[in-house]
Amino acid sequence: MSTALIIIGLAGVLSAAAPVIFAAIGETLTERAGVINLSVNGTIILSAMAGFAVAVTTGSTLLGFLMGMVVGALVALVIAFGSITLKQSQVAVGFVLALLARDLAYFLGNPYMGSSGPRLSKLPIPYLSEIPIIGPMFFRQDIMTYFSFLLIILSFVWIFKTRPGLMLQGVGERPAAAFVRGANVNRMRYFYTILGGALVGLAGPTFSLSIKAGWKGTISGLDGIGWIALAITIFGGWNPLRAAFGAYLFALLQWLGLVLQPSLPGIPSQVLQVAPFPLMILTLLLVNIGNTEWVERLLAGLPEKTRHFVAKLLRSLRVSPPASLGVPFEQE
Amino acid sequence: MLNKKSLWTMPVSFWHNIGFQVIAIILALAFTSLILVMAGAPPLLAYKNILEGAFSSSTQISNVLVAWVPLLLATTALLVTFTAGLWNIGIEGQITLGAIFTTGMLRLLLGSDLPPGIIILLGFLAGMLGGALWAFLAGALKAFGGVNEIFGGLGLNFVATALTIYLIFGPWKRPGVGSMSGTVPFPPSFMLPTLSGLRISLWAIAIGIGGLAIIYLLIQGTYFGLRLKAVGRNMRSSFLLGIPTTRYMILSFIICGILAGTAGAIQVTGVYGRLIPSISSGYGFLGLMVAMLIAYRAIWVIPVAFFFAALNIGSIRLPIVLQLDSALSGILQGSLVLFVLMMSGIQQRFFNNKGEKHP
Repeated sequence: MSTALIIIGLAGVLSAAAPVIFAAIGETLTERAGVINLSVNGTIILSAMAGFAVAVTTGSTLLGFLMGMVVGALVALVIAFGSITLKQSQVAVGFVLALLARDLAYFLGNPYMGSSGPRLSKLPIPYLSEIPIIGPMFFRQDIMTYFSFLLIILSFVWIFKTRPGLMLQGVGERPAAAFVRGANVNRMRYFYTILGGALVGLAGPTFSLSIKAGWKGTISGLDGIGWIALAITIFGGWNPLRAAFGAYLFALLQWLGLVLQPSLPGIPSQVLQVAPFPLMILTLLLVNIGNTEWVERLLAGLPEKTRHFVAKLLRSLRVSPPASLGVPFEQE
Repeated sequence: MLNKKSLWTMPVSFWHNIGFQVIAIILALAFTSLILVMAGAPPLLAYKNILEGAFSSSTQISNVLVAWVPLLLATTALLVTFTAGLWNIGIEGQITLGAIFTTGMLRLLLGSDLPPGIIILLGFLAGMLGGALWAFLAGALKAFGGVNEIFGGLGLNFVATALTIYLIFGPWKRPGVGSMSGTVPFPPSFMLPTLSGLRISLWAIAIGIGGLAIIYLLIQGTYFGLRLKAVGRNMRSSFLLGIPTTRYMILSFIICGILAGTAGAIQVTGVYGRLIPSISSGYGFLGLMVAMLIAYRAIWVIPVAFFFAALNIGSIRLPIVLQLDSALSGILQGSLVLFVLMMSGIQQRFFNNKGEKHP
């Protein structure tokens, strides 16, 4: 394969990862506050359909993206109300909404099946796009891909370098302590659930108006991506930089699956497309296994040097969720 | 009579519960009707079509039963993992692996002179093994790898789907070229005998109800069930009380997998007669919805699973008659579960009443 093709392929990987980054970072913000939004898969499909429908009707991609965000925020609002105000299981409410939103998309999207709609155009950045290799990879993308770059940095700085970000961490780790220090825990949880949901809702139109332009109902190829985004949130250890890395890895694997297809004739294409999933389980295993007791016991039996090395390796991979994730906050 | 208590002297909370659930049903119907109006369809006509599609003839009722049996088994399977406090989202993959193992066993026995009854029995046993194996993987990932069962299960679901497609297009493909229509159909002698002219087999119904009965007795009537409930209520204190929690957790996954694998075996031997790409038909996820809706009470599995199966079968004709997508059944089912959860929350929060407990 020529260098030019590889560069085009990698540029495609960067843009294909954009919606996954929106969803995974949105979910990271929500879970940082202590709430799990399990509806991501359905939210992405519904926002893809709604965004596409609005863009087709109005001819404006901007309105399409706004619609996607509104849909994501509304679904998240239901989850926030159900889990924070009504104290129902977040997993239960989220799972129901994952299925309900998907079915709503297929039902209401019926009239828009196969219609042609507007699509984001590439927006090369002057001068920067002329740099060899880097230019065509990073600076000849559409606006949502640029926004995904920006969001990675913004969300990282927000969570780890600002005062409100520290508050957010506190609300997820020790809500009672944050409350004593004057944080309105439940109001912040509402805020971050809805904000995260709006970001997840941005992922849908990024598919239907750019990467997989159009709406094709059940064969739109969107079912499953939301579950991947949730796994990437964990893989990312609730850190936007690591989550973005996971999203790029996922997009890269999918691209490799397509590229390698002709040289592996015995394997149907559908199999290579799901290749990232076993790898996802494996990575989840890697990042979690350091937390288990038997590994610690096993490590204790190893010689000093090996133990140090393995323990260090596992610690560098290990992630632990925000301490209050999924636990409702009871104000005494 | 032993029980003299009439309905009118039931405690107030009983009527409260009923009242809130009736409100939830009305809200779900209102929501679905609103969606129908948005799609430009007359709601009453749509509901009438669903009912006719499900109940207007004995063929249709038997089709509802064909969908009901695997859904019943899936929901029953989930009662076990829910009792242990586990969210077994991997059940879709467990049903699929059951179907794959059943198909594999039946293919092995294609040329044998064993009586058909033994062949089908071996097929079912293989299916149970397949489902149990996949469930064990999810359980082991959780117990020994620290991987949350929701994500391990989801990943395994996708792997199961990929495996199905690989088999259909690869080693098990039809002579010539593989296609999405699945593997070569098995001879009729490999299928569960059906009632004449209908698609439903009394054997399948018996297996479904038998499975529920066994699980009900296991959970309500044995020491194992009691301890499993304790694990589900509070893992930490059960462990401190000396219950081997890891073993119970993995056992509950395996039992769940056996039932899910049975559902997969029924999909092969009682419904499709071969392996197809979406062999689980979504009954695993639908079973999760049924289990949530009935708040994990075993007696309600039979009617609610029947109702959900009827919605699925009844909505098949919507695209033909009203040009509506058949996803409408999913909207009604989903909004029903959502509003029941919400009303139960409202009852607990604003009426200081215990309501139904959802883990």
